[in-house]
Amino acid sequence: MPDVRIVNVTKKFGKIVAVENVSLHIHDQEYFSLLGPSGCGKTTLLRLIAGLIRPDEGEIYIGDKLVNDVPPEDRDIGFVFQTFALFPHMDAWNNVIYGPKVKGFDMEKATTIGHEVLEMVRLHERLDAFPSELSGGMMQRIAVARALAAGAKLLLLDEPLGQLDAKVRNELRYEIRRMSKDLELTAIHVTHDQSEAMAISDRIAVMKKGKVLQIGTPKELYMNPQSVFVAHFIGESNFLEGYVLNENNNEVLIELRGGIRVSVTNKTLTKGERIVLAIRPEAFIIEKETEKSKNAMLGFVERVTFEGTNIRYEVRLENQDLVVIVKPSLVGEWFNTGEKIILSFPLEKAHVFAYPDVGLREEIAVE
Amino acid sequence: MPKPKITEVLDTLSSRKSVKYGMYSTAVIVFFALILLPPILGIIIKWNTMQQVLIQPELTSRALNAVANSFIIALFVSAIDVAAGIPMAWLITRGKSKWLNVLDTVADIPFIVPTAALGYSLLLFWSEPEGISSLFGSSLVSPGWLLVTLLHFTFSYPVVVRVVVGALLDYKKEYEQASRTLGAPPLTAARTVTFPILKPSLIAAFILAFSRSISETGATIIVAGTLFENGPAFIQKITDDFKAVPPRMDQLTYEGSLAFASFVLIAISFTIFALIRILGPKLKLPIKKIYPTFDRKLSYSKAAFSRDSVTLLIFFAIILIPSLFVALPAFQAISTETLPNAISGVGIWSEYWQSLILSYSLGAIVTIFNVIIGLPMAIIAARRKAGALPSAILDLLVNIPLIVPSIALGVSLKFFWKETFTFMPEMLLLIFAHLAITYPYFVRSMSAAVERISMDTEEAARTLGAKPLGVFRTIILPLTKYSILSGAIMVFTRSVSETGATVAVVTTLRTAPVVIVDWVKQRVAVTVTPLEIGLGCGFLILFSFMILLALRLIVRGRGRY
Ligand SMILES: Nc1ncnc2c1ncn2[C@@H]1O[C@H](COP(=O)(O)OP(=O)(O)OP(=O)(O)O)[C@@H](O)[C@H]1O
Ligand SMILES: [Mg+2]
Repeated sequence: MPDVRIVNVTKKFGKIVAVENVSLHIHDQEYFSLLGPSGCGKTTLLRLIAGLIRPDEGEIYIGDKLVNDVPPEDRDIGFVFQTFALFPHMDAWNNVIYGPKVKGFDMEKATTIGHEVLEMVRLHERLDAFPSELSGGMMQRIAVARALAAGAKLLLLDEPLGQLDAKVRNELRYEIRRMSKDLELTAIHVTHDQSEAMAISDRIAVMKKGKVLQIGTPKELYMNPQSVFVAHFIGESNFLEGYVLNENNNEVLIELRGGIRVSVTNKTLTKGERIVLAIRPEAFIIEKETEKSKNAMLGFVERVTFEGTNIRYEVRLENQDLVVIVKPSLVGEWFNTGEKIILSFPLEKAHVFAYPDVGLREEIAVE
Repeated sequence: MPKPKITEVLDTLSSRKSVKYGMYSTAVIVFFALILLPPILGIIIKWNTMQQVLIQPELTSRALNAVANSFIIALFVSAIDVAAGIPMAWLITRGKSKWLNVLDTVADIPFIVPTAALGYSLLLFWSEPEGISSLFGSSLVSPGWLLVTLLHFTFSYPVVVRVVVGALLDYKKEYEQASRTLGAPPLTAARTVTFPILKPSLIAAFILAFSRSISETGATIIVAGTLFENGPAFIQKITDDFKAVPPRMDQLTYEGSLAFASFVLIAISFTIFALIRILGPKLKLPIKKIYPTFDRKLSYSKAAFSRDSVTLLIFFAIILIPSLFVALPAFQAISTETLPNAISGVGIWSEYWQSLILSYSLGAIVTIFNVIIGLPMAIIAARRKAGALPSAILDLLVNIPLIVPSIALGVSLKFFWKETFTFMPEMLLLIFAHLAITYPYFVRSMSAAVERISMDTEEAARTLGAKPLGVFRTIILPLTKYSILSGAIMVFTRSVSETGATVAVVTTLRTAPVVIVDWVKQRVAVTVTPLEIGLGCGFLILFSFMILLALRLIVRGRGRY
């Protein structure tokens, strides 16, 4: 029943700092995701936890045990590789019972375990097939079954769904979560797909360039992103640039590019500071030009895309910034291309961040 | 960019069916006419002469004994090669020290040293007073079966290391890591996952070592002494008997013995390769049994450290130092009369330089021929141009010269060509013999390289408007440039080293290894001094090394051969 504690861990490959001073606490029986763009160090962090590589600095605890010097075979983990890494010279069944066998269990016990885990992953046919003969979905199940059969209490999954096509992926992601909950495992799931992470995780750590930017439940990350990057990476955001014109208690008056003035709630900003305002596409309120409310901005509809559930508007503001707005298609009225409108948003739905040192584009770039 | 006219014409021609098939069938016909059929027919022509041997029980059993020795040594040495080569390859690919790059390069040295020079070097080191024996007061290993075994181990070990290193570099480490995360200690992971997956490469390494061992002639004769005989040594000795003045053997018995020994060598060789091919895939490595505690003990640092030490010790003490020991007399020679004599080409040296030139030009000619006739064949084999089954059969046939002991190949080639074209120039015969021996090396490495180019790449070029020859020029050639070079290096070294086939086909022309073997024999009669032999070997090694270095620089940093 392990929790995992990572304390100030750093891992370098030559000059590349793949993981930089990361600290995390993953609770017992939690389903935890490491989320981030390609190359941000997710796999490296997972492999550090597995013991496949060793940290240059910092400590890793599994349960209460410091495992820095423990080889992977003694960490009681199950690792599911992105490419599955099923042993090509063994059939499905022998892949599954490999763990019990190398741990020295007798054949009878190994067989029992094998049947149990196959029951868990709901796979009973084609056990005599070799990996090259299996479909992606089946390989994935075998890979998970093999990891479970080794008796792991800590399941490490490196993009376990990355190789599957969209439909299978959506089905299997809930199944992996269900299994890990049924078996009371702690799971750490690496993915670069934010919708996947949001759908199945208890908590998510968002990573960028080797660092953890924010840890939280999917809801927390969505509702309260603490950086421009997280606001961009989790869900979608419109970014508007400006500076602080005036501050008054918690309400801050901001002037956006082109002289549009809005006010938001924030405690930390000071007068004159350059800022970025992040607003979710669905947070906007659209009205006909005639009316006028607080935080109103003038714009005209440049493009309308019907997406089924939603309608997506691209609106050009007076200052030439383009914002994206999403509205449920079955609620309220529709607007047409070329129509002049007034946009506004509730104070508490906008997030203000200090303007990033490296520039906005660079800050949200995912390479 | 305006295309030169000639390539345009050729490109257009190449899309004609008749031209394409014409070229491929020429390659196939040349293969059958020059490489595959002559040795087979050669033996058949002399089939009846074998009678002459079978009626002399003593000669028959001597021949059979010699052939048996060849196979016993080849099987034993190849097995040891694989066993000793695996830890070395492991150390080279998995170790963390910076020195491993150097070790990796050094591991190729015995491979580069022409075997005749290697044989002399080993002889000096193990049995002559100058070598290790000086520590013991008497010859530590006298010429004979043990020295032959040591020699074969020395030159085949680097081949095995090379193949296993290549396989380990290509191997997806994730399998092993998966095994570790499932609870297997390193040794169990290697035993149950890594090596079973690499089994085809291990078998290939075994076959390569085996085929080099049964073919080696020159160095073997140097270290065999007077009593021990293997197949090639037997053939060489009866040839000496026949050529002696007055002859110690009549022509019919001589030809009969050659045909008989060659036939038995080829037949057994075939049987063994067929067995390896059939049984190899069924061979089970010990993966069923798991020994948790035992494996654990052997897995971790202390055991790994002693394994690495033993590996390095074997490599330096048994492979590297003996291989390079000839440098000692070579350097001694530099400060004596020998060097100026050698350089001005006085006495025996005039023949030496001629033989050196012959060896290297022969190597170059054979390499060029290989590229010309081997490339189309490689493409046929890799792309199944002749239809699935015929291509697979061709692929199999191409490998046959690889498994025929080269001296036997030379013997039957000579029978065939001398019988059909009496006035065949000796040089041409020599070229044919070397071509037949080296052909599979080139075609194999090329077809493997072509196979690695995905069909999609080729098809993409076709859809973009490239004609077949254009595809070859713009896609296949640039992508396989390195393999062509490494194939060429292999052919060249093999040809320069080759003694068996050479002595079998020629009477007057003498290549460098043949001269060195002769010198070593004459050393007993003191017509050639040890310093001279040492220097002769030294030059041979030096020039071979320089040529290889030059070739290697051309493909600098592009991997290994
Ligand atoms: N064995 C290695 N040697 C050198 N560099 C490495 C190694 N493994 C990872 N890196 C580098 O470390 C950085 C982080 O890599 P990592 O594989 O952890 O990223 P990731 O977040 O898993 O990316 P992806 O989503 O593409 O899998 C990258 O810049 C990568 O190039
Ligand atoms: Mg990754």
